[in-house]
Amino acid sequence: MAVISNATTIADAGAFSVNLGSMVLIKTLTLSNAANASFVDGASSVVLDNTYSTYIFKFINMHPVTDTANFLVNFRDGGSAFDATKTSTAFRSLHDEADTETSFAYQPASDLAQGTGYQLIAQYVGNGNDESCSGTLHLFDPSNTTFVKHYISKANSYYANNKSNCQFTGGYCNVTAAIDGVDFKFASGNIDSGVIKMYGISK
Amino acid sequence: MALSKCMGYQNKMGLISNGTTLLDAGALDSGVPTGSMTLLSTATANNSSTITFNSGINSTYKEYIVKWINVHPNTNDQQLTVNFRDGSTAYDATKTSSAFRVGHAEDGSATEIGYQTGQDLAQGTGAQSIHYTANQNEASSSGMLHLFDPSSTTFIKHYIIVNSSDRNGQCEQQYIAGYCNVTAAIDGIQLATNENTIQTGTFKLYGIK
Repeated sequence: MAVISNATTIADAGAFSVNLGSMVLIKTLTLSNAANASFVDGASSVVLDNTYSTYIFKFINMHPVTDTANFLVNFRDGGSAFDATKTSTAFRSLHDEADTETSFAYQPASDLAQGTGYQLIAQYVGNGNDESCSGTLHLFDPSNTTFVKHYISKANSYYANNKSNCQFTGGYCNVTAAIDGVDFKFASGNIDSGVIKMYGISK
Repeated sequence: MALSKCMGYQNKMGLISNGTTLLDAGALDSGVPTGSMTLLSTATANNSSTITFNSGINSTYKEYIVKWINVHPNTNDQQLTVNFRDGSTAYDATKTSSAFRVGHAEDGSATEIGYQTGQDLAQGTGAQSIHYTANQNEASSSGMLHLFDPSSTTFIKHYIIVNSSDRNGQCEQQYIAGYCNVTAAIDGIQLATNENTIQTGTFKLYGIK
């Protein structure tokens, strides 16, 4: 027997049939002196498959142990390594607290051209007590085995030497294999603290 | 039979379907996937000088989103702004930010992309400019603000703004990002205009679980 109200099925077969919201929190990692932060399908309650068409990662107040550390991401495309081939673009908007420097420019050192290394998503994050970076990464249709896998990231960082830096990154994993893992880390040193949340967007 | 159990005693009742608990103890079971974006408040401008969200911004959520939809000014080329409250009653948190704009004329005669020195802040306590909007009948602006971890008393508070505007025959998108350079918690967000009032517009505050 299903729960039906006014001719609408509310619940059936062990699940609600009505929409309870399309942005579903899958996993929260609260980090403390961690080398990296991994989200792998099937591990630690992480779902990263065809259940959702889009996945969103929110990284909040990522604080590095090492000063001027770049915050990075990479993707797993079938093996155990996070080394999917990627091509991407990157630009930034920067302004310092002293009002002596502005920058709005493409960042050739932050893009990738069929690279398998980590993708920079926040630049030169300071490690002062109140310094950090926060932002969002969208990963589209990672389980698709026909198309490349697009990702878009936007993050603001307390750039070392007292600057606000917004980094815009977009690209694709140039593979048709499914992406089943996402890994975050700083380019040097551990993640001193931070919270990363993974969401799925219902189809 | 899908509904295997409906266990009740007086006004206490659980709902178990196909062996899965869906409802119990006055709430959805924690295993039921629910939406993570919660609408906290809606404000509608009606010749309003300010739109203020000053409750519900706390440690409940690690991210808050403000969306403004079809904000229509009284004065042509009127500026929409935002500011943050960091403990007192005033909306004057110290901020450093960057800003750039992308524009395209409706007649295709011009395009632009560039940094906007007039709309960034360097340790400013005044309002953060979002954009300028025309006041022709059909003109408006819509956009959103992400504010991260406002209740933290350790870190600065990052914010990222994206806005689209109809500005006197030109489509413009404004991208602004920065931080409130304070460790005090941010507990209020106020949107305003640089002159006159906001004739109409809808503003929504969401918490992201």
